[in-house]
Amino acid sequence: MSAEAAAAAGSDPHKLGRGHGHGHGGATGQSVGGPAPNRIVVGYGFWLFLLSDIVMFSGFFAAYAVLAGQTAGGPSGRQVFDLNTVAIETVCLLASSFTCGLATLAVGARMKLKFYGAMATTFVFGAIFLGIELHEFAGLIAAGNGPQRSAFLSAFFCLVGCHGLHVTAGLLWLLTMMAQVFAKGFRRDVLNRMLCFSLFWHALDIIWVALFTVVYLIGVAP
Amino acid sequence: MSEQQASGHAVHDLAPGEEELDGSGVAQGLRGYLLGLALAVGLTAASFYFARSSLIWAPGVATALIVLAIAQMGVHLVFFLHITTGPDNTNNVLALAFGVLIVFLIMAGSLWIMANLNHHMPSMDQVMRMQR
Repeated sequence: MSAEAAAAAGSDPHKLGRGHGHGHGGATGQSVGGPAPNRIVVGYGFWLFLLSDIVMFSGFFAAYAVLAGQTAGGPSGRQVFDLNTVAIETVCLLASSFTCGLATLAVGARMKLKFYGAMATTFVFGAIFLGIELHEFAGLIAAGNGPQRSAFLSAFFCLVGCHGLHVTAGLLWLLTMMAQVFAKGFRRDVLNRMLCFSLFWHALDIIWVALFTVVYLIGVAP
Repeated sequence: MSEQQASGHAVHDLAPGEEELDGSGVAQGLRGYLLGLALAVGLTAASFYFARSSLIWAPGVATALIVLAIAQMGVHLVFFLHITTGPDNTNNVLALAFGVLIVFLIMAGSLWIMANLNHHMPSMDQVMRMQR
């Protein structure tokens, strides 16, 4: 590294507006340093998708918040929610988020065996979460409290079911990532997909935090 | 000597979800995830506890739960998604801020408008009386 570059870095440490170099010229936060590396474009694009997905969820959340009291003579949240199963679901999803982080670390260190172990653990926790959720849905529908019972239950099934669908898609994606690492190794494009998968999985956990608070805890709280 | 070492900052932007580890690498990353897990478990436990206990004045429980949830989402963003305030994260943070703005507008706007309509809607027997 030249003395000139060091001086420039000293006077303008973040190189704001100083994009004299081509390719990877090092101007953070803007494009004047040349085109961003492929990994950043992929990750940023997926980040934008996730944010728009969260905006879509906010529509379901708004519908639920508006309709939560409209039980049409049917059961209210307090009568049908069981906080103990919700607590188990929450622990499962939080643990799977943590093991997904471990998988990311294993990818970074290029340790295949630990990667498989962490991903398999993530899958098991995610599958337990999904199983508990489906069991809850089946119990509600069997008791005649399906989505057609009241506006409250319609909104509930839409919101929680939409999150469940995302988890299902995430589990399929997880298996695909394990298969791709097995077949192709830690190739650059596989690493990019793994970055997107970990973003997706952590974002699902963030949505679940909002969900168990707004739907279950506030629904049951005095 | 690389530019990164000289300036102490990333040469490029960082992709969201990407963490810049210096020195000990995996051990440092693991420490971050463990800290995030501990904070998230603590906040979750507090949420579930306050929802069922009478420790908080009943009308204030919902507010407390929402505050705890927002705190936990912050913990997830920082420790699991590695969103920081550094200059290499500017684009990620700006996109997130815009997303949060839209979410806030949709949530607050819907609740406000629907509560207002509900408030001004005459009750069913009033409607029946007007039609008579």
